[in-house]
Amino acid sequence: MLVLASGSADRGDAGPANGDDGQWHRPARDYASTRYSGLAQITAENVKQLRPAWSFSTGVNRGHEAAPLMVGDTLYVVTPYPNVLYALDARSGAVRWKYEPQPAKAAQGVACCDVVNRGAAYAEGRIVFNTLDMHTVAVDARTGREVWKTKLGDINRGETMTMAPLVVKNKVLVGNSGGELGVRGWLTALDLASGKIAWRAYSTGPDADVLIGRGFKPFYPSDRTPNLGVSTWPPEAWRIGGGTVWGWISYDPLLDLIYYGTGNPGPWNPDQRPGDNKWTSAIFARRPDTGEAVWAYQFSPHDIHDYDGINEQILLELDIKGARRRVLVRPERNGYVYVMDRATGEVLSATPFAHVNTSKGVDLATGLLELNHEKTPVLGKVVRDICPAAPGAKDWQPSAWSPRTGLLYMPHQNLCMDVESVETSYIAGTPFVGMNVRMLAGPGGHRGEVTAWDPVKARAAWKLKERFPVWSGALATAGDVVFYGTMDRWFKAVHARTGEPLWQFETSSGIIGQPITYRGPDGKQYVAVLDGVGGWAGAIVSGDLDPRDAGAALGFVNAMSDLPRYSAKGGTLWVFALP
Amino acid sequence: MKGAVALALLAVALAGTTQADGAPPLRVCADPNNLPFSNAHGEGFENRLAELLARELGTRVEYTWWAQRRGFVRHTLGAGACDLILGVPAGWDPVLATRPYYRSTYVFAWRRDRALDVRSLDDPRLRRLVIGVQLVGDNGVNTPPAHALAARGIVDNVRGYSVYGDYATPNPSSAILEAVARGDVDVAIAWGPLAGYFAERVSAPLDWAAVTPAVEPPALRFTFAIAAGVRKDAAALRDRVQDALDRRASDVQAILDAYAVPRAGTP
Repeated sequence: MLVLASGSADRGDAGPANGDDGQWHRPARDYASTRYSGLAQITAENVKQLRPAWSFSTGVNRGHEAAPLMVGDTLYVVTPYPNVLYALDARSGAVRWKYEPQPAKAAQGVACCDVVNRGAAYAEGRIVFNTLDMHTVAVDARTGREVWKTKLGDINRGETMTMAPLVVKNKVLVGNSGGELGVRGWLTALDLASGKIAWRAYSTGPDADVLIGRGFKPFYPSDRTPNLGVSTWPPEAWRIGGGTVWGWISYDPLLDLIYYGTGNPGPWNPDQRPGDNKWTSAIFARRPDTGEAVWAYQFSPHDIHDYDGINEQILLELDIKGARRRVLVRPERNGYVYVMDRATGEVLSATPFAHVNTSKGVDLATGLLELNHEKTPVLGKVVRDICPAAPGAKDWQPSAWSPRTGLLYMPHQNLCMDVESVETSYIAGTPFVGMNVRMLAGPGGHRGEVTAWDPVKARAAWKLKERFPVWSGALATAGDVVFYGTMDRWFKAVHARTGEPLWQFETSSGIIGQPITYRGPDGKQYVAVLDGVGGWAGAIVSGDLDPRDAGAALGFVNAMSDLPRYSAKGGTLWVFALP
Repeated sequence: MKGAVALALLAVALAGTTQADGAPPLRVCADPNNLPFSNAHGEGFENRLAELLARELGTRVEYTWWAQRRGFVRHTLGAGACDLILGVPAGWDPVLATRPYYRSTYVFAWRRDRALDVRSLDDPRLRRLVIGVQLVGDNGVNTPPAHALAARGIVDNVRGYSVYGDYATPNPSSAILEAVARGDVDVAIAWGPLAGYFAERVSAPLDWAAVTPAVEPPALRFTFAIAAGVRKDAAALRDRVQDALDRRASDVQAILDAYAVPRAGTP
């Protein structure tokens, strides 16, 4: 019997600590966002016998980033645009119903980085999810009937939606995408029953719009000045300043706080938006009932590298310097794992988990990231070896936490970038000068990593190298198995304690989806994942980009030119079980 | 690709005839809502150029409509849905381009009744006038005027207008010029064809003048030569289009004149 590690997760609503209901109702499984299952039929010893039980083609060819859901005896899968929701009999994969929201075709041209969807959520008999064309939909989980559909924004202004909602206290929390297009970011709460908008909290602008009031108590004094969402920008620039909300939300029921991050500032060139550009590339703690901000902290003030702050936060209790602390752990795009007090927003530690040269560290007294200005991209200047590249050391792909090992399993990338020259570019009839950005493999030559991180010791327990960025989510189980997928079509199981490869299966297309596990109607443990390569990293395949066009997908294609040799496009749900 | 080659061969066969019946159409990729360049009603100067070229090639225009946003070339020309884009920068890498048929420039635009007559980026008034610029936001880069103003420390009095505009409105890219007419900004620095066309169409008439200097080291320039583009492997079609552009050069210039496209010397 293995001893429980020092860390434990706040499971929120996940049921008794010594059991597991075998269900999967939201992409991160629990409010703490652990992606940990207490199921233990599949173990490090027997996982090598794992084999496909059934598979199901979604009929969609773009990047599949979503997590399936397991509710009762039904699996739910939402596809990339056109955002079809399938309800599948978990026994066989037979289609119980499908719901087609028919989003506006034009939304495809607005989305920056493939037309992905990161998943649906289940609550109170409903499946809720977002469509690329700015609608949130609630569908009856039993019948597939649309209960409500609410329009939240306008694709004509560059907004899209790609994130998975989180349902907290009968509020459906959703955010927008499109920071590059002059979109002002927000998080919006809809009433689960009616679909009516309850509140909207902007990421930029006056405190009244950001829902900053008397209850706002950020940890660092520099964050306490009123209306920083206006004063840290040139006049009016906050109106189109980005800070979109396209990543992950966690919820702490005891503190009654939700946590989520905001995207990079835009669409100005950095020199034209001097200031911290609050609250972009930041994290908010808010009350779910009202949206009121309780604290905020900016990971990358005045971001110049496209380091969105939208990554997941895992809510844990850890022994830090001899004291039990209620923390959130965030592997951040800028390359640091932040451990923060989740009641106050204090940064307890910020440690690089990948090769970082764009900054020199985080000053824990002020919370400020210390930049290395030698790696600042400047128009007309050659700057090589900027690490991490624009997708960061880790992008949206969510980590998993095991309370048994006390390790956080982080899928991420190992990419640097060169800004080599300016080149003429052209859009909407208007020529302009663009930077020629090329992404390259980081030190070691591999482009992806899976890191098992000990947030107490602030160091890696082990690391695995992968050919391509590991753009899938991770899953950890009580059987001490960690699952993840690769863009070169391998679904892998490794030992949670050592990283030792235990099993792998070659799927039809590269994997950028989020694996889940559940107890099937027959009592057996299953593992499910969507394949279907794409996303920003895989746009070379899903978007048919020219491998010779190194600057395509904002320079990502340069690092991915060999992906078409390993994977074609196409989405399939794979379900695995022991014999 | 095959279509493009076939079309080019047919164009050779039909050269010198005016009979369009039966000829494969000239398949043009265009934005359905982007005046003065193009719209679905055929009212833009690139629509007019497409018709001119089709007539010269003995056929008619068939459009594939797609908003000119990121992925435009990929979804249109790249997907084989169409064969020709009117209006790309000369030598632009994603396409095989003709020789340029005009060169335009970024311009200052102001309300005629205010007679500001701004001509230089070094005009000291730019430190206090409210200036509108077009925003791209792709890779943290923007239109050259936005960079040039930032390099001069001119930041607080600059307002941004997305090059895409609000696509639900009839003329999405006119917002920056309407802002000048309305007095929201004192002066706009916009791409010339927009200013030339909308100067007489916004709610108060505008005057404009080319941005100087035309080049700013190390990396900024304000004039761009504009050409037509085909798929990279469609050299035969490119050559046919080039011949047509050459033969109808004066008609091309007349169309540009009719839309008041500012010209900056020879292409």
